[in-house]
Amino acid sequence: MNENTAGKKVLSLVLLVGGLAGLIGALAMDFSHSPVAFRGPLLIIGAVAILAGLYFYPTLEHHRSIINFLFVFPLLFTFAVTVLIPLGLGIFYSMTDWNGVKMNNVVGLANYGAMFREAGFLWSVLLTFLFVIFNMVLVNVIGFCLALLCTSRLKGVGFFRAAYFLPNLIGGIVLGYVWQFVFNNVLIQLTASAFGMRNSVLAATPTAFAAIIVVYIWQYAGYIMLIYINGLVTIPGDVIEAANIDGASPLATLFQIKIPMIMATITICTFLTLTSAFKQFDVNMALTNGTGSVQFMGNYLTNGTQMLALNIYNTAIAKNSYALGQAKAVLFFIILACVSLIQVRISNSKEVEA
Amino acid sequence: MKTKMKTSTFVIIMVVAILVAAYTLMPFFLVCINVFKNANNIVANPVGMAGMSFGQLTTNISNVVNNSNFNFWYAFGTSAVITILSLVLLALLGGMTGWVICRNKAKWSTAVYMAFVASMIIPFQVVMLPLISTFRDVGKFIGIPMLQSIPGIVFAYCGFGGAMTVFILTGFVKTIPYDLEEAASIDGCSYEGIYFHIIFPLLKPSIVTVTILNGMWIWNDYLLPSLMLGQNGKVKTLPVAVQAFVGSYVKQWDLILTAALLAMIPMIIIFLIAQKQIMAGMVEGAVK
Repeated sequence: MNENTAGKKVLSLVLLVGGLAGLIGALAMDFSHSPVAFRGPLLIIGAVAILAGLYFYPTLEHHRSIINFLFVFPLLFTFAVTVLIPLGLGIFYSMTDWNGVKMNNVVGLANYGAMFREAGFLWSVLLTFLFVIFNMVLVNVIGFCLALLCTSRLKGVGFFRAAYFLPNLIGGIVLGYVWQFVFNNVLIQLTASAFGMRNSVLAATPTAFAAIIVVYIWQYAGYIMLIYINGLVTIPGDVIEAANIDGASPLATLFQIKIPMIMATITICTFLTLTSAFKQFDVNMALTNGTGSVQFMGNYLTNGTQMLALNIYNTAIAKNSYALGQAKAVLFFIILACVSLIQVRISNSKEVEA
Repeated sequence: MKTKMKTSTFVIIMVVAILVAAYTLMPFFLVCINVFKNANNIVANPVGMAGMSFGQLTTNISNVVNNSNFNFWYAFGTSAVITILSLVLLALLGGMTGWVICRNKAKWSTAVYMAFVASMIIPFQVVMLPLISTFRDVGKFIGIPMLQSIPGIVFAYCGFGGAMTVFILTGFVKTIPYDLEEAASIDGCSYEGIYFHIIFPLLKPSIVTVTILNGMWIWNDYLLPSLMLGQNGKVKTLPVAVQAFVGSYVKQWDLILTAALLAMIPMIIIFLIAQKQIMAGMVEGAVK
């Protein structure tokens, strides 16, 4: 027993010292811009050795704290490097002339001023709000109706649920191209033979915008349906039965019993549709890539169907204005945070009433 | 009278359900019939069965799979490796973090939890640009490429998926009675052993949930890999490869639709195998 502890102590110390040496050595090479190829692996081996050394350190007193640290550290580290640090840097960069690689001057709020003078950006903001409102209402209504359909006495419920949910499995990029084919090649043939309409719906801005909404509903309604089904089946059967015995019409049962009883589910679904519609990017990019001409605030714009997320992407990547794109992204974050908070507030107060 | 009403409503409900299903499945059906045709037949006759042949299907598939811009098997393998590595790490590290957060009432663990939960509202767009430059700089500094590399992107997915994973798993650890851990500890189980022998096996159902949620997201994600790996980089995931492929073959629908089909098939096969778990997991993840 004693020997074991002693052995552990030696192992632990060797790992700690060796790891520290490796880590410091690798960092020294990094700072001196040494071209040695193994400095990267050395750094990682050093860090792992230190963690292992901590793990084997023979102490009863601090063992719990060490394990706590070892368990939380890896995920927290990745989280800090990928989310926290870029978020802080991003807010700072939005006030500089950053070009994606380096920055020279702090410019204050100039980027924010510039983006509000850009008609194309304001159009994107307006369009995104329209898109969010349309989708929040339509996806929820359609999803709820599908849920009612799938909880009624239907034959082959399993098949229908799976069929409605299926679009949600496939990534937006692939779906966007498939629907582009449907709109440009299939639908056009039908409209040409029926009404003599030879233009694709994606060619004109308003119909292209409607097309994005249609695809989004097609993709998302099945998912929302599943959540509503989950809510509907939690309503106790005897409540519905009692209402039926009292002679309540199916509509009255729906509006006075079912909907009030799944208020919590409605909150979840509104929140989900709201945030995901705001962040819509893939389908927007694959279906229209934001193109479309529109007359807005006395300007002729060519980004008629470009929503906020795509606008940010194009500003930074395509037009190479990283600082401006970052400022837009910060505004996007603020809008999203405010809208989500307001939505949760409103829903919570409604839930209490119900 | 009453039974008659019921049959008529039943018929109406069935008809509506079938029509909606026909609509949701229509794009998949169109893809499936058109991959059997050549480019001219697709444009001339996208709906009907005319011009379909198995020979054309094999030609289309081999054209796409052997295309140097698409490189299907390579993209598929990259996507699979990235997804599996990220999922394993997220499940393992997320469970460990969730357990420690849940069993410690110290201020730091609450702070860590709040940071994870609050970060769930952060949209990817606000961190993506600095993320790329940070990863580029860090990669140069430590001598390990973080961009255009699989370890780098797995690292990023652990960072982005961590919040939701920890949130769901912490919620589940709360439901495990503490008595269980005390009993194990009295029986001589070490502190870390409690997690691996008692908690982790009990976590399995929620680990399935987070794995499904994260898996759907990581497999289908486009923006993060397109930025981190680059459109024309050597390493490509399936969605990035589809985008790059379509970009170079505008309007060549025989190739594009075949590529789309190949990109959809893995997900559909997994869905057919684990339909119930996937649908239950998606709901559970949302409700929590």
